[in-house]
Amino acid sequence: MDAPQTHDHGCCGHDHNPPPELNPNALMSGRGLTVTKSGRTLISNIDITLNPSEIVTVIGPNGAGKTTLVRTLLGLETLSQGKITRKPGLVIGYVPQRFEIDRAIPLTVARFLNLGLKKSPAQIAAALDETGASRVSNAQVAELSGGELQRVVLARALLRDPQLLVLDEPASGVDHMGEASLYALIANLRDTRKLGVLLVSHDLHIVMANTDRIVCINQHVCCSGHPQAVANHPEYARLFGPDAARAFAVYTHHHDHTHDLAGAPLTKPATPSLYKRSSSPTAIDP
Amino acid sequence: MPTIDPFLLRALAAGIGLAVVAAPLGCIVVWRRMAYFGETIAQASLIGIALGLALQANLTVAVLLTAVAVALLLISLGRQTLIPMDSLLGLLHHAALAAGIVATASLKGPAVDLVGYLFGDVLSVTTADLYWVYGGGAVVLAALAVLWQPLLRMSIHADLAAAEGVPTEAVRMAFTLLLALTIALAMKIVGAMLAIAFLIIPAIAARPLATTAERMALIAASIAASSVVAGLALSFTYDIPSGPSIVLLMATCAIASLALSQSHALRALMPSK
Repeated sequence: MDAPQTHDHGCCGHDHNPPPELNPNALMSGRGLTVTKSGRTLISNIDITLNPSEIVTVIGPNGAGKTTLVRTLLGLETLSQGKITRKPGLVIGYVPQRFEIDRAIPLTVARFLNLGLKKSPAQIAAALDETGASRVSNAQVAELSGGELQRVVLARALLRDPQLLVLDEPASGVDHMGEASLYALIANLRDTRKLGVLLVSHDLHIVMANTDRIVCINQHVCCSGHPQAVANHPEYARLFGPDAARAFAVYTHHHDHTHDLAGAPLTKPATPSLYKRSSSPTAIDP
Repeated sequence: MPTIDPFLLRALAAGIGLAVVAAPLGCIVVWRRMAYFGETIAQASLIGIALGLALQANLTVAVLLTAVAVALLLISLGRQTLIPMDSLLGLLHHAALAAGIVATASLKGPAVDLVGYLFGDVLSVTTADLYWVYGGGAVVLAALAVLWQPLLRMSIHADLAAAEGVPTEAVRMAFTLLLALTIALAMKIVGAMLAIAFLIIPAIAARPLATTAERMALIAASIAASSVVAGLALSFTYDIPSGPSIVLLMATCAIASLALSQSHALRALMPSK
């Protein structure tokens, strides 16, 4: 590999991986995405492709433009340059990052789920069941815990019957255990519903084992590819520090019990597939 | 048998009609935190009064046009990012009120009694005013029926609504126009200073008593309508200003409702928040 050229934006400035080939089945692809606002460049020349049955995680330091990228792909920000191609008829399920429901709005979970979506109570119950939030179907949305709310919002996203699921920092506001099981749920959805998933993660501390591809950005794409390849990439270590490569591991913790949403222990053991070990730890060598 | 004063009848009809229209709108103003925005429009309407009097035009039309103009101005000014909306409203709301007072005071001809425009002049409600309230009110309610669900979604989470395809800009614009219209209609009953109070206080009173958004609107309408009736009754009996009396009763309901919702003993009796 060529010696990385020095640029002052904390990244080699070159994407050593060519942009992923255009997959005709791709749900969405962006080429050369650039967004500037008030003279500041938020994201620059980003290429990204989202395919079915694939989880793509976008990582990067604070201010890297991860949320801007997601918002742009969702059509919430205007592109300054570049092009987004969407599969015709694409339905996107979105789970936003900050979700503080104003207490001034009286709203039950069931009502929130059928607002604007014509779904039967049976379909709503099924969606809540799928995300493990059946318990709270009659609760007021404002009274849900962080983890419960995430699952309810995910249920809503699934109710729309999407091909692509976009989650912006789904782990914020959720505790450690909740985070792992949330990621396991997302992996399961990829497998059973063949969803494409775009995940934004601010937190390197836990990244799901089942991420198929990582895109690491700092205004532009620094590195991308399979998680192990990215973890080994010297630019990744430069961007996040030498400890980060070590932190980039799967949370492996063998429980003989699990917890329900409220944190109370259940005696049933965790299914082994929830906790997958990443490939050899020796590969992580700063 | 004493006959009811026709002035009172018209006042009651106008007040109740307005209460029913203002309540659901007020709920949305509370949810979208637009109280200060509405306040600015209401007080800027005084400029409309001055213009209307100067041009000898229909005052309701003048107020309506001014309210709409100010609303659109606020929306476009809100797009700049140097000054937060809150400060902008602070600037404009006081500037508009001052301009309106200066303008009405400067009018040639007999001195204009500002109090009526500031706090309402329910005795002067004419049949034409009733047509405005019920006609305009019907338009507002019909539009609100269509906009209710998108507005609710936008109030819950603006980005999620937009990502799901809600036309947020258009809905926001439409709602602002409805708000301007309702404020213009409310000015006759409660005046520029209390127009927004008429909208939001019943909504606030209803919140602790409601478990769904729709019930909150219905309860707010009931509280508003009863406050109108009781307020007018008090006002006619004791010769006190009617607009402020109505608003005072609404405020009492709100304070009582909020206090009760805090009380542990009574919480078991209330529907869950």
